[in-house]
Amino acid sequence: MAFSEKVREAYQQDLESIREGGIFKEERIICAPQSSEIEVEFPVGSGRKKVINMCANNYLGLSSHPDVIEAARQGLDHRGYGMSSVRFICGTQDIHKELEAKLTRFLGTEDTILFPSCMDANAGVFEAVLGEQDVMIADRLVHASIVDGMRLCKAQTDNYKHSDMGHLEEKLQFHQKARFRMIITDGSFSMDGDLAKLDKIVELAEKYNAMVFLDDSHATGFIGKTGRGTHEHCGVMGKIDIITTTLGKALGGASGGCVSGRKELVEMCRQKARPYLFSNTIPPVVVSGANRVLDIISRTTERRDKLERNTAFWRKGLTDAGFIIKEGETPIVPVMLFNAKLSQDMAKALYEEGIYAVGFFFPVVPKGQARIRTQLSASHEQHHLEKALDAFIKAGRKFDILHKTKQEIVDKYGL
Amino acid sequence: MSELKKIILDYVKKEYLEEGDDTEITNTTPLISGGIVDSFSMVSLKLFLEAKYNISIPDAKATPKAFDSVDNIANLLQKEFNIQ
Ligand SMILES: Cc1ncc(COP(=O)(O)O)c(C=O)c1O
Repeated sequence: MAFSEKVREAYQQDLESIREGGIFKEERIICAPQSSEIEVEFPVGSGRKKVINMCANNYLGLSSHPDVIEAARQGLDHRGYGMSSVRFICGTQDIHKELEAKLTRFLGTEDTILFPSCMDANAGVFEAVLGEQDVMIADRLVHASIVDGMRLCKAQTDNYKHSDMGHLEEKLQFHQKARFRMIITDGSFSMDGDLAKLDKIVELAEKYNAMVFLDDSHATGFIGKTGRGTHEHCGVMGKIDIITTTLGKALGGASGGCVSGRKELVEMCRQKARPYLFSNTIPPVVVSGANRVLDIISRTTERRDKLERNTAFWRKGLTDAGFIIKEGETPIVPVMLFNAKLSQDMAKALYEEGIYAVGFFFPVVPKGQARIRTQLSASHEQHHLEKALDAFIKAGRKFDILHKTKQEIVDKYGL
Repeated sequence: MSELKKIILDYVKKEYLEEGDDTEITNTTPLISGGIVDSFSMVSLKLFLEAKYNISIPDAKATPKAFDSVDNIANLLQKEFNIQ
C-alpha cells in the first residue's frame, strides 16, 4: 500500500493528539562534547546558549575525559572502526573479551556478556533464561526496557508495589509452585533516585528460593563504597544472580550494555539472547574507551567520592533553600513541584538563568507528582553548583514556592 | 453478582493503593484509563482471578477495556465463565 493522503492524515492526527496531550518530545541540540558546561540550541533555530548541565547521566564525568578519549583513539588505530559482524561470527576481538573480564571483576560476578545496549540486554535476557514454568516478579517501577523484555518471555509475569517487601513476600508465597522464581528490580530508580532494598530482597529470595535480577544502570560506577553498585551498598555482593547495566551512563556514556552474573545464565544468553545473536557487535572505539573507564574506576574511588560530595552539597543546598526534594542519597535529585505546568515553567526560568534541567510530568511520573529532575556529576565544580543553586533560588522566589508545604504549592498551582 | 464485585473491589484496593492512599474506588471507577492500574501491573489482577476461580482468562479477553472497572471485570467473568 502506498503512503496515501488518508494514511498520512491518520498519522498527522496521531501526532496532533500527542501534542495536545502535552507530551510531544523535542530534541535539544547540543553543540559541544558532553560535560557540565555545554552549548545548547533550544528551541531549534534559536541562538546557542552556554548552560550548566544538570540532566546528563554523566555521573562520573568520564564522557569526555581525556584518558578515555585517548583510549578510544587507540582503539580506532589498533582495532579499526567497525566489525561488520555479530559477536559469534567474526565480531569478537580481544578487547571485547578484556572488557567482559573487567566488568566481571568490577561487579564481583562469575561472567559477563556484552550487548549493544542495556535496553538490548534487558530485552534479551529473560527469554534466554526463563520458560513457561517460571515466574518473573518485578517491582512496579522497573525501567521500560525490563517491561519489554518480560513481555518477550514466556514465563508468567507478576509484580509488587514499589519497594514494598511485604507485598513481594506475598507474591513469592503465591508463586511457590512455579519451577523458578525471579525477583526483578532496578538498583537505583531513575525517576525518584531511591535505592532498592536489595538486602531485604536477597533475604526473601533465600527464604522463598528465588533468583534475583538487578538492573544497576543508574548505580554502576558510583553507588557503594567503591562504586560497584547497589549490591555493594546493600552488602550483598556475590548474591545477585543477574546484573544488567549500561556503558551509556556513568561508564563513559558512549553505548553498550551487559548481562553479568552466574556463569550458566550468562552462557544461556550467549546461546539464546536474540539481541546478542542478531545485532552487530559494539565497535572497537567504544570498547577500548570503556576498558579505560574500568581501569580508572577500579584503580581509584576519587570520582565517585567527588560525586558523593557534590550530591551532599546539592541536596543540602536545595533543602536549606526551602525546596521539597525526594529524600535519598543518590545523585538523582528530584525537585518536587507537583503541577505539570509549573514544572515546565520552572525549567524554562532555569534555562533563562543558564541552567539546563528538565521537568517531568504524567505519564512519565504519576499524576500530581511533576518535578524537575536534577542529576549530579563528578565533573561539576563547586562554582557550577553554586551558580545552579542561585538560579534555583531565584526561580523558586519567582514562583513563590520556597519554604512552602506540598499543600501550599498545590493550593496555589493545582495538581 | 454483588459478592463477586466485592471480592474484586477488595482485591483492587489492597493490590493497587499504597497504604494511607485514600483514593476512592467504586465498581465504576476507571482503573486503567484512570491511571490507578497500568497495563504492566494489571497482570496481578488477572493472576488473582485465575487462581481464585480456577480459570484461565485468554489474553485476547483480558484487554485493558475489559479490565477497566470492577463492573467490567465482573461482566467478563460472568459472560465467559458463568461466575456469579
Ligand atoms: C534502568 C535502565 N535500564 C536500562 C536502560 C537502557 O540503557 P541503554 O541506554 O544502554 O540502552 C536505561 C537507560 O535509559 C535505564 O535507565
